[in-house]
Amino acid sequence: METLEQIRDRLQSRFPAAKVELVTNPGAAAEHSLLLDAAMGRELATFLRDDEFLRLDYCSNATGIDWPEKEIVDTVKKSVPDPAGGPEKIIEEKTKRIQPGCLEAVYHLYSMALKHGPVIIRLRTANRTDQVTLPSLTPVWKSCDFQEREIYDLYGIVFEGHPDLRRLLMWDGFKDHPMRRDYVAPDDFEWEPTPHGGVLDRAKAHYPATPEAGAAKEAPKP
Amino acid sequence: MSDAPSTPLPAPFPAAGNLTDAEREDLRRHGILLTSLEELYNWGRSNSIWPLQFGLACCAIEMIAAATARFDIARFGAEIFRPSPRQADLMIVSGTVTKKMAPLVVRLWNQMPEPKYCIAMGACAISGGPFKQGYNVLKGIDRFIPVDIYIPGCPPRPEALLHGLTQLQAQIKGERMSGPDAARHLRPAEPSEFPIPDYGARDLEPPHNPALFQPPTLPRKA
Repeated sequence: METLEQIRDRLQSRFPAAKVELVTNPGAAAEHSLLLDAAMGRELATFLRDDEFLRLDYCSNATGIDWPEKEIVDTVKKSVPDPAGGPEKIIEEKTKRIQPGCLEAVYHLYSMALKHGPVIIRLRTANRTDQVTLPSLTPVWKSCDFQEREIYDLYGIVFEGHPDLRRLLMWDGFKDHPMRRDYVAPDDFEWEPTPHGGVLDRAKAHYPATPEAGAAKEAPKP
Repeated sequence: MSDAPSTPLPAPFPAAGNLTDAEREDLRRHGILLTSLEELYNWGRSNSIWPLQFGLACCAIEMIAAATARFDIARFGAEIFRPSPRQADLMIVSGTVTKKMAPLVVRLWNQMPEPKYCIAMGACAISGGPFKQGYNVLKGIDRFIPVDIYIPGCPPRPEALLHGLTQLQAQIKGERMSGPDAARHLRPAEPSEFPIPDYGARDLEPPHNPALFQPPTLPRKA
């Protein structure tokens, strides 16, 4: 199979208007991926499926990622000459910037015909609040149907062109998207026999306020 | 009888007067059968418990295994799994009750005619089990319907289900037909149907039936 760089270059030459980036994974798995231009996602995906050297005819997995807004601190080291004539001082300058959040859909593609894969492609929304539309790839790979519905349910990405975009796991009137990082689960922690961690914090809100019981415990023993 | 206790003690066999079990058994060997309507009624009911045929998760697989020849729930007269709640006596809540499923389970319970019994099978049906802190799992079916027998396990083995069933049979055999401690289904004041929760925007509404479920209070360290 071609390398991801080759695929990216061929996509670029075939679709000069589209922006295709290589996203490297620094982890041990080294599962690098292609970040496709969301506006032209359907055309790029169709090309990946139909190209005779790729023939990525099987989408084994589609999933979502929530990237919340993130504050990044850039550190720049500067050497400042000492006015007194001593050795130069190295000063670190820190600048903060906000990396905007987005929602992402990830597709794992294989070729049954040519027996290769996976090629991982990603599509990103513009933000996490109002511009959350991505082109649906269900017309390209049928197997994305339920998985895109699940992404819509749990992350809130609206897939344009999906044949039947409804919630899959939660009920229709449900308002939240539970897999988002800022989701807060409903507060039904009133009965937690062995709480710890975050559950303990939420369970404590339900503990009866009995300062007199605590005072009775601390009373001197006879 | 002025020194009689305020709450009547359960006699071993109500119709048998002062006869002991051994004397009754002795009489039976001589061809004399002593019984009462209550005993006959409970004997018949306890040996023909028809469970509702539905499963919710992996505990259902163990329930199915209990119905196979190896474990043979038919030995206890409970092999007739009814597909209709109108014909069922026993609801075996076998597995995880998601919040999406909970209203349907309560509706099935309401559709079952009295006398009816409920077994909460497995950790999930009792408390939510390993999914207790999930946003989508009901933390125990006893928040909405009354449970007679709890069978712990994850999942419980078929033997445990059979043990729970024999415990239920013992409970049925001890029930009275009249008096202040009559069986639940013979007391008109006891509710047979319970409110079905609605799908809310964030959670079920109400999240539990306050008439049935109150969180236990534990003495906790400050």
